[in-house]
Amino acid sequence: MSAAADRPIATGRSATGMPTGRLAVWWIIASEIVIFGGLLGSYVMHRLAHDAFAEQAAHTNTWIGAFNTFVLLTSSLFAVQAHKASDEGDGKKAARLLYYTMAGGVIFLVVKAFEWTTEIQAGYTIASNTFWSFYYTAAGIHAAHVIAGVIIMGIVAQTAKKNLELQRVELIGLYWHFVDVVWIFLFPLLYIAK
Amino acid sequence: MVVQHADPAHEHGDHHATQSWVKKYLLSTDHKIICFQYMFTGMTLAIVAGFFSYVFRMQMAFPGMNVPGWGLVTPSDYNMLVTNHGAIMIFWVAMPVLIAAFGNYLIPLMIGADDMVFPKINRLSYQIFLLSVVVLFASFFVDGGGFGGAWTMYPPLMAKAEYNLTGAGSSVFLLAVALEFVAFLLGGINFVTTAMNARAPGMKLYDIPIVVWMIVIASILFMASVGPLIAGAVMMLFDQQLGTAFFDPNRGGDPILWQHLFWFFGHPEVYVVLLPAIGIVAEIITVFSRKKLFAYKTVLNTAIGTGILSFTVWAHHQFVAGIDPRMANIFTVTTLIISIPIAEMMFVYVATLYGGSITLSTPMLWALGFIGTFLIGGVTGIFLGASGADIYLHDTYFVLAHFHYTFFPIAIIGTYAGLTFWFPKMFGKEMNETLGKIHFWGTFISFNCIFIPLFFTGMLGDHRRIFDYTNFPELTTPMLENLRAFATLSLIVMLGFQLVFVYNFVTSLLWGKKAEINPWRANTLEWTTASPPPHGNWPVLPTVYRGPYEYSVPGRKDDFWPQDAKG
Amino acid sequence: MAEHASHDHAHEAHGAHAHHPNYVKIWAILLVLLIISVAGPFLGIQIVTLVTAFGIAIVKAYLVVKNFMHIDVAAKLVTYLILTMLLFMLLFFAGAAPDVMESHGSNWEKPSWIAGTAHPEAPAAGHEESH
Repeated sequence: MSAAADRPIATGRSATGMPTGRLAVWWIIASEIVIFGGLLGSYVMHRLAHDAFAEQAAHTNTWIGAFNTFVLLTSSLFAVQAHKASDEGDGKKAARLLYYTMAGGVIFLVVKAFEWTTEIQAGYTIASNTFWSFYYTAAGIHAAHVIAGVIIMGIVAQTAKKNLELQRVELIGLYWHFVDVVWIFLFPLLYIAK
Repeated sequence: MVVQHADPAHEHGDHHATQSWVKKYLLSTDHKIICFQYMFTGMTLAIVAGFFSYVFRMQMAFPGMNVPGWGLVTPSDYNMLVTNHGAIMIFWVAMPVLIAAFGNYLIPLMIGADDMVFPKINRLSYQIFLLSVVVLFASFFVDGGGFGGAWTMYPPLMAKAEYNLTGAGSSVFLLAVALEFVAFLLGGINFVTTAMNARAPGMKLYDIPIVVWMIVIASILFMASVGPLIAGAVMMLFDQQLGTAFFDPNRGGDPILWQHLFWFFGHPEVYVVLLPAIGIVAEIITVFSRKKLFAYKTVLNTAIGTGILSFTVWAHHQFVAGIDPRMANIFTVTTLIISIPIAEMMFVYVATLYGGSITLSTPMLWALGFIGTFLIGGVTGIFLGASGADIYLHDTYFVLAHFHYTFFPIAIIGTYAGLTFWFPKMFGKEMNETLGKIHFWGTFISFNCIFIPLFFTGMLGDHRRIFDYTNFPELTTPMLENLRAFATLSLIVMLGFQLVFVYNFVTSLLWGKKAEINPWRANTLEWTTASPPPHGNWPVLPTVYRGPYEYSVPGRKDDFWPQDAKG
Repeated sequence: MAEHASHDHAHEAHGAHAHHPNYVKIWAILLVLLIISVAGPFLGIQIVTLVTAFGIAIVKAYLVVKNFMHIDVAAKLVTYLILTMLLFMLLFFAGAAPDVMESHGSNWEKPSWIAGTAHPEAPAAGHEESH
């Protein structure tokens, strides 16, 4: 029993046939869906009710949005390849690919910071009107998820490098893809539908 | 086989007793210790919220009185007290005790696991919860005092400091609620994955005790409903602090949106706390009527159906808020439909009792008390669910009495039922039955004396938000004043009877008779290990051979048949 | 502990996943879709923009969820879980939108929503949705 002191036997059981960690991440994603769902649902209600939202959305920069989509999609590619590497037992390679993914997240955030600075300087602040309130809130909550993902990925990469806890590579990947999918919907909602 | 377990279990327990006190009780990852942490924190807050109710009820009954223990109740005091009484009782008493404490204790023990699947996340969940309590208390002491805009936090009261007059209090309060949500999201994921994956070998889906199912369904409901409110809380915080206008109609926002975001969570939340209580009652009723639970699968499917239906009824809280009347029709229909599954569960319990050999022990009394009082709560809900009647009754004391008839059975009666039932297992001591029965009857009778009068004052027009009735001549008739005073005195009696419980609890803990492994002769797995269970729960984890409710099986010597017994 | 052995065994059975498809190919498809969704609005036709923006978003999300997140390898339960959550959000939208999108009632009217922005339509006209 003392050998299992740091990790109970319960953790290793799998009555559903799915490893517990993966199951838990899917539950986290499920609870995140309703967070973003509530916010974006509220946004769509306002968007449909007010034509003026389109006028405001015209001031967002589609090219920056598209570039960020490209960055996130590419980082997702690295994340899934890290997962493949961890399945093959190559922790070093998985860690390296996770670093690339993190770099994608950081580029995303830097571009975002540049974009927001430009917009705020042009006078479009979070308090300007409801479109910009939603714009900053939705993208801000998403960016918070990106930041969290980058930090956790750094921790996972540290252990994966030593070929330990390789199942974590898949788990953080799942989360990262979810963050990517959220952006896939934010992009048309905030940037394209003008 | 139970006896064989006992000795090694003790050795095991001794081994862990060498840990330092801090490590064992404050930083433990053991699910049983985390249960106690949640339970005692929740009970401490119940004392705080109970005290608040005493103060504002005194103001109701005797306006302008110098309340002993508080002093003069000012209008802003009054608002702060009712707001925090409601918020604390729901978020910091009902949820931590019913879901977190019982969930933590029962899930691993009842499914035959040695701990939660994520013990460290479990500990983190409690730590965040504790932080939320600290932040909540901080909100009472910031400039301007605690938030006083009702636990529903409607804008513009919540959004604008010039309306709620509490300055930073409203933002700090919102932060406390948000932290509490984070704690329960972490806890909920743990509960669900543990019950799904960590079951003992042989335990099939329909061998899981009902209370575990109920806690799991409740956790899922919480996870699925709280998201929009988390998003809403961020929007609200921005409205307060950054000058956005999500909920300000003058600048393009919509205050009704908050009500939707809130009640989309708020109504499933009722079932989040109800289902664990119903599960606890199911366990107790089967044990003390020595009968198989009537229609296990029906109860389970009904609970799942209730959970899904609970997402379709939320706007019945908003009938007078100016919502679309066509939607009010739909929500009336769904609200009335949801009474069916709940009634069904009540019938199932009555059917379980029917023909059983019933023992009226303290836990059983609480369980029966739950059925009786919750029935009144449910039936009065029908009036409020019908939009026509609700327009008259909305925001009166009728509503207040209705939801106390649902929440009191859930949060107080359900908790006492569970606590008296599992006390021997949790602490290895037996509680005093006589004191337990005195406590039950004192609480049960005085509770009804508080809230039955309030149904009548509500129907006569008492409005919930009035601070001092002497300003309203038509509400200061002797009859109404007497009813209010009677309710308040009953509350004091009820609070007094809780001292019996505290006395019983403490003395049983210190000098109570040592409890056997299975004092109630119950089937479920937690009764097959030592009382209290050692770290790791069993020396050898059990295997399950049958369902949890095989009582009085013909042809067996014993009238119970433990889930882990081979033959 | 016997259980440890069986747990390791379980890990071998479930921990190793099904095949890894050609991820670079999927990534390339995603990029093509991205270009289409950016190009869509240049045609200036409302309906085309909507289809390229949201239709493609759904396709992209599906590709990511299926291939990168391996939802088909996970238990069916996960698919149902995710779909249920989306259904609940639809429900929320259906319940809340009739109120939030209402711009006037019998005794009230929502003021023009952006201070300082000339909004051509009278807010009470009520056919903003008709685009």
